[in-house]
Amino acid sequence: MSDSIYAALNQIFRDVLDNDEINLSPDTTAADVRGWDSLAHINLILAIEQHFKVRFATTEIGGLSNVDELVSLIQAQV
Amino acid sequence: MQNVAALPWLPDAPEDFRSQVKGMTNGDTARHLATHALNLTQLGQLARQMHRLDSLAPLHPFNLALLSSNTVDFLLPPLVASGARHGLALNVFGAPFGQVMQQALDPESELRSFNADAVLLYLDWRFFTLPSAMGDQAAMQEAVENAIQQTCVLRRALREAGAMVIASTISPPPLPLFGHLDARIAGTGLAFAQAYNAALIESLNGTPDVLLDVATLSATIGLATWHDAPQWHLAKIPFSMDCAPLFADHVSRLVACMRGKARKCLVLDLDNTVWGGVVGDDGVEGIKVGNGSAVGEAHLELQRTALALRERGIVLAVSSKNNDEVARKPFREHPDMLLREEHIAVFQANWQDKATNLVAIAKTLNIGVDALVFVDDNPAERALVRQALPHVAVPELPGDPALFPQHLMHAGYFEALAFSEEDRQRADQYQSNGIRAALERSATDLPSYLRSLQMVIDFSPFDAIGQPRIAQLINKSNQFNLTTRRYTEADIASMRDDSTLFTLQVRLTDRFGDNGMISVVICRLRERDWMIDTWLMSCRVLKRNVEVAVLDEIMSAARKRGVCTVWGRFVPSGKNDLVREHYAELGFAPAGSADDGTTTWQMTVADYQPHELPMVVKGATCDDPSR
Repeated sequence: MSDSIYAALNQIFRDVLDNDEINLSPDTTAADVRGWDSLAHINLILAIEQHFKVRFATTEIGGLSNVDELVSLIQAQV
Repeated sequence: MQNVAALPWLPDAPEDFRSQVKGMTNGDTARHLATHALNLTQLGQLARQMHRLDSLAPLHPFNLALLSSNTVDFLLPPLVASGARHGLALNVFGAPFGQVMQQALDPESELRSFNADAVLLYLDWRFFTLPSAMGDQAAMQEAVENAIQQTCVLRRALREAGAMVIASTISPPPLPLFGHLDARIAGTGLAFAQAYNAALIESLNGTPDVLLDVATLSATIGLATWHDAPQWHLAKIPFSMDCAPLFADHVSRLVACMRGKARKCLVLDLDNTVWGGVVGDDGVEGIKVGNGSAVGEAHLELQRTALALRERGIVLAVSSKNNDEVARKPFREHPDMLLREEHIAVFQANWQDKATNLVAIAKTLNIGVDALVFVDDNPAERALVRQALPHVAVPELPGDPALFPQHLMHAGYFEALAFSEEDRQRADQYQSNGIRAALERSATDLPSYLRSLQMVIDFSPFDAIGQPRIAQLINKSNQFNLTTRRYTEADIASMRDDSTLFTLQVRLTDRFGDNGMISVVICRLRERDWMIDTWLMSCRVLKRNVEVAVLDEIMSAARKRGVCTVWGRFVPSGKNDLVREHYAELGFAPAGSADDGTTTWQMTVADYQPHELPMVVKGATCDDPSR
């Protein structure tokens, strides 16, 4: 389950940030990925919401510190 | 219909969209890729690749600035990519957040240094000071007046900085206060938005400013979808980013309009488009059109839409795979048909492929294929035309004919910046041209034919009344246009008082009616000579000696003002080959040529002999001593 989420998430990051060198791991943070700024963050969240057909709460989006937490959020809804 | 925000009139993006984007090499491929229903991610990919290319030719460069009380960064990539869909290479600048007044008013600001061709002023209700008391009409009026005054100050500053201004209405706030009573109570968000919008629209009269009607756009999408509270709180994003692809497309439509890229002709397929069924198989009695069946009414609604477009100046044509006689029969005999033969300027029913027919239609009407919109229920025909003629607009249509009109109209092919008397009469003018073509063959010789037209040509310098139409001609004429220089309406206004310029607007009537303004000339004084900066003419009046009459007028005015030599220039644009030999044919002497194909010509004023013209001349320099 979590593997397939990682695969899909990785592709979304590559598409949105237009960078095929991205390889996400659980402890990847925004600082580790070139171009993952506040605007890109919103774009990523939107693309993720669209792909997984989920909707994140304002409280959840603001508090994310790494990819592992993002995956947990997705898992909680799918 | 389906979700408008998903641009359903555009075909879906190909599976390998991102790798196609990586491989794109010029503006034409960018435009092709942009002409799909792209989501935010795809728009971002396309915009990024467009930035990487050295040249986006043949897309039209345009500097667009966004000035907003909100975050607009997220709109920049969608605008760049959507611009390509409309033939534009947009260079977009987003003014920093929260500095609306400073950026517009300070001549040293980043916005003012950006040198924008146009500025989109996007303000929403949060920007303005709302009425101080609820239920107080005077307080609301004061708030609206203050808000409008603030908007007008901004608009004037931006205009004076040389930019076209796109002003936007405001969308009503997301939440009701009372509910159904809101519209009736002064001071509610809804009442304020409605009053502000009415006052804003009123204030546009007499200015060259353009309207982006966000209130209607957001209502079309649905306010509950348009507003997105989490996005607002997270990043001050003024409307849901899900709506950004559509919003960016709407802005691009207006900019394309400013650059004269509007479509002029709607070409309709017949079987299963204008009516249900196949007339060749089912017969006139068997086709479904008109009242009595849901399908028949759906097709009738498309006819109604086409007629409404015709009323506002869009020319109608037909392209159908049929025998001509069979295809015309429903137009002549079916009692429920709203469309009749006289509404159709060009009727192409034959067995040639549709691309060939569309080229013939454009040629007959003297317009480019990029001015055509082609509506056909058959996906194979649509694909063929998109492939053969990528500049023809071809909306995707769903299986249900009841949705055809919505796909056609929400695509916004026929955006306009103004509606003029010429527009109102255009459809009939093309009709008359059909009669003229027939006459031309029957007249024994050209001079007697031209005299039989009873033409009256009327010259006057640029003035306020003619200004919108002058701007329209300058920005739309491609074929009979010697230099293809585009000027904004603001530029044209300033020309009126420039004593170094000689300007002409030319109108023509004939026994078929008023052709309206059909030619525009601008000459610039240089020492004792005139340079013809702009000379263009509507192709409707080709081969009528109009250009000879215009030359007579230029030379007569030049003589009166002591000008020695008049210089003309042909600058090839790829679309104006028609006038390559214009100056040679008028008797100008060649005076040089450049590598890009530009040629220069001269005519000595003292040697010029006026022509005998097959028309009556009014308002000319020679009979008006004041000019």
